[in-house]
Amino acid sequence: MTPNPSPVNVAALRRLRVDAPPGFVDAVMDRLGVHAGDRFVSVASPAGDLFVAFNDGGISAVTPTAVFGGNVQRFADHHRRETGRPLVGEGRPPAGLAAALRTGRAKSLRYDLSGLTPFERAVLAKTLEIPSGEVRPYGWVAREIGRPRAVRAVGSALGRNPVPVLIPCHRVVRSDGHVGNYGLGVPMKRALLSAEGVDLERLEGLADAGVRFIGSDTTAVFCVPSCTHARRIRPAHEVRFRTAAAALDQGYRPCPHCTPASVRAAS
Amino acid sequence: MAPRGDSAVLDGLARDLDTGYEAFVRAHAATVFSTALRLSGSRAEADDLAQETFVRAYRALGRFEADQVRTLESRPWLATITLNLWRNHLRRAGRRPREAGAHGAPDVADPRPGPEAAAEASEEADVLVGLLGMLPEHHRVPVVLRHVGGLSYAEIASVLGCPAGTAKANVARGLHSLRALYRKEAP
Repeated sequence: MTPNPSPVNVAALRRLRVDAPPGFVDAVMDRLGVHAGDRFVSVASPAGDLFVAFNDGGISAVTPTAVFGGNVQRFADHHRRETGRPLVGEGRPPAGLAAALRTGRAKSLRYDLSGLTPFERAVLAKTLEIPSGEVRPYGWVAREIGRPRAVRAVGSALGRNPVPVLIPCHRVVRSDGHVGNYGLGVPMKRALLSAEGVDLERLEGLADAGVRFIGSDTTAVFCVPSCTHARRIRPAHEVRFRTAAAALDQGYRPCPHCTPASVRAAS
Repeated sequence: MAPRGDSAVLDGLARDLDTGYEAFVRAHAATVFSTALRLSGSRAEADDLAQETFVRAYRALGRFEADQVRTLESRPWLATITLNLWRNHLRRAGRRPREAGAHGAPDVADPRPGPEAAAEASEEADVLVGLLGMLPEHHRVPVVLRHVGGLSYAEIASVLGCPAGTAKANVARGLHSLRALYRKEAP
């Protein structure tokens, strides 16, 4: 027996385990050229200044800077909680971002929606097809993605839209024609729609009168009231419908642009 | 020592290598770096070895199917890469790792809180690091994998390409020769 306890024991060996040096993980990721974090820009938009986060897969988050009092760190914390990815700094704005915000046409941008469910992605992909200046009911989105009964789920999915303003969930309204809710607040929804040329006063007047569809007696085509074709119908030829079924019964065909009823319902 | 949460990390990797890789590196950085440090005996070499391990692992993972990634035995796999890199390094350097020996080795364990405890622990660690450096490779590797890396005998067996019983015996032999060295070297 040695007088001192031998330092050669399992516990002492275990204490030879150390942490990797500071910056080790970053050094590896830098060598690989892989940035698990997102970059961001702040840009002006019709909804005010926005923080826009993105990565190689596309745009991953949009939030008005006002939500975070303009504080990037608070946006970064929020982004990490939502996506599990850090913000690694400012980057060059994704190509087409400024134009998309100016024109309201954001369909050609790429989006990183990897954290969402397939249903949520389907809802957002369909919403992206709604043109600027027009609106569609929640039920329309549900029907178009083949889940006609999932109207409430569509509402929830839109409420979780990580890239509002660009993916225009503000263009989805209640089935009775009223504007409905919005993640960034109803006043913002109204402001965005007005800025795109949606005549809210007219739409709400129709909604209050129970009118959900507008047809033209010269073409026998019917539309949702905000459809670009419906807006061209002259008052003398305008026919109002409370339901798609009523329009179909009277021999009207659904507009192929705004698809107020499914093809199957029409045949 | 079981790699808790490893399946979540691997799932992230399987879904997207680029977005999932940082979590994988974070999860294994301490084990890979510690193993490299106690094998090589040098912090600078360990940094190179550990970084290179993760670079090679990333490239290999790019060729894996998602299912292969999900069922990956991360720790023995990474240890195998580190070990191969270290052996290649030794071959290229044309020397056995003897110099990381008893006296000049500065690479002690990270000091634990409490100055006296730290001093004691670090003295003890110095001795141990010196002894490890004198151990021949076939004894040092199993001891480091088991007691620094925290690998199970089954995992060590898969790294060394031997039955688990042999791995266990090798670890025991390594410890035994460490103790013998201590008795011989102890002042």
